[in-house]
Amino acid sequence: MKLWNKLMCYSRRHSPWLFHMNSGSCNGCDIELVASLTPRYDAEQLGVRLEGSPRHADILCITGPVTHNAVNAIKTVYDQVCGPKAVVAIGSCPATTNVFIDSRTLDGPLNKHIPVDVFVPGCPPRPDAIIQGVAKAAEILAARGMNPPATELSITNVSGAAPNPEVQP
Amino acid sequence: MIWDSTMLNALARLLIFPGLLFAVPAAWYFLWVERKAVALMQGRVGPPFMQPFFDFIKLLGKTTPPRSGLGGLLMRAWPLIAVSAAAGAVGLLPVLPSSGGFEGDLILLLALLELPSMCIIAAGFSSRSIFGEIGSAREAVLSVAYNVVFLLAIVSVAASQHTFRLEALAQLPASPLRWLGVIAILVCLPAKLHLNPFSLPNAEQEIYSGPMVEYAGPELAMWELSHGLEWVAATGLVATLAAPHIAIWWLAAIVFVGFMFAIVIGLSALASATARLAIDTTVRFYWQCTLIFAVLAISSALFMRFRS
Repeated sequence: MKLWNKLMCYSRRHSPWLFHMNSGSCNGCDIELVASLTPRYDAEQLGVRLEGSPRHADILCITGPVTHNAVNAIKTVYDQVCGPKAVVAIGSCPATTNVFIDSRTLDGPLNKHIPVDVFVPGCPPRPDAIIQGVAKAAEILAARGMNPPATELSITNVSGAAPNPEVQP
Repeated sequence: MIWDSTMLNALARLLIFPGLLFAVPAAWYFLWVERKAVALMQGRVGPPFMQPFFDFIKLLGKTTPPRSGLGGLLMRAWPLIAVSAAAGAVGLLPVLPSSGGFEGDLILLLALLELPSMCIIAAGFSSRSIFGEIGSAREAVLSVAYNVVFLLAIVSVAASQHTFRLEALAQLPASPLRWLGVIAILVCLPAKLHLNPFSLPNAEQEIYSGPMVEYAGPELAMWELSHGLEWVAATGLVATLAAPHIAIWWLAAIVFVGFMFAIVIGLSALASATARLAIDTTVRFYWQCTLIFAVLAISSALFMRFRS
């Protein structure tokens, strides 16, 4: 049983399947997420696969500052991802709502609605930063297993920017 | 006693070689070879060696969405039926020249190879998802299109050697009509394995991976495994028909696996070099193939009949 748990932990760390969701992003972060799968960055070395269905995914990658229209969609997709799961917020928008702060069309930041495990700040973040964030999320996923998500946040600080520490779920 | 030994032989072929004990690692290995070959051809490094194994274990440890009623029961059953059919197809392959045991002919192999795609169609419709239904409809159309060529190929292989028995086919020397059949089977393989020019049933960009859209966790792991086993069975069928007959059993097994490997590399090259075709183009392609192969097969069969 102990060996099986060890193997499961190792497998979870080495096979993160992503589902990408846009919550009103300007498309900058979406391009960078796809760029991390291209020959130059090649995230598949870590076992990363971009999946078409949220049911197949382990890690939910969300970009964008969370518009009013996107809130219900985000909650639905988060529930559709089967456990154990992790959430990566890509870009400065889901972390702080970025330059769109105080806009009346927004209902951000993201961690108001769902528990976020890793923030990857940047506008947009580099593909290296996104890959590092996904790898960190996979580690968190493996360590956590079936337990509920922790409350403390993990910030993958590659590009220098950091989300607003005052915003807590 | 004879019954006992044939029974043991059958179990050994079904469970050990070329059955489950060989087929499951071979399925993971071929899934890895395919992904790695595509990655290398795109100038990437690609996934590590154990990747399909890690994916499988990870999927086993995930939860599945609650399914209730008969529909839920059916959705759980389809992947299991697909895996057992594909494993049976692998068990039928006459890799070792041993007679007796789990025997079957080309027709049984054909049926077992067709069952996973039937299960995919049924799974998409029983998932009640609009994307699943579109994917299933595409799979059904695709299966009607390529199966005519596939059946024609099997018939011409059988007609060339006057037998449907796999063991006999593996031992007899190849004839021109059999090579025609092998080429026709190779033309069908990308559609049967949902590879790139004909990957439209599980198009992840357009219809969210089609019939698999509602599957998660262990059920999805079973689908992945059945896909890998289909790889082994389909490439093994071509290797059976194309590989030369060798008396030394270990050399025969090595040549057999080498042929399978070469076919996997060839299909991966095709998959990475092409883009997905639309459904009408695919169907037209296969019906034109049907016409060409039908004319060639019938004319060569008539020619052989008049010459002999």
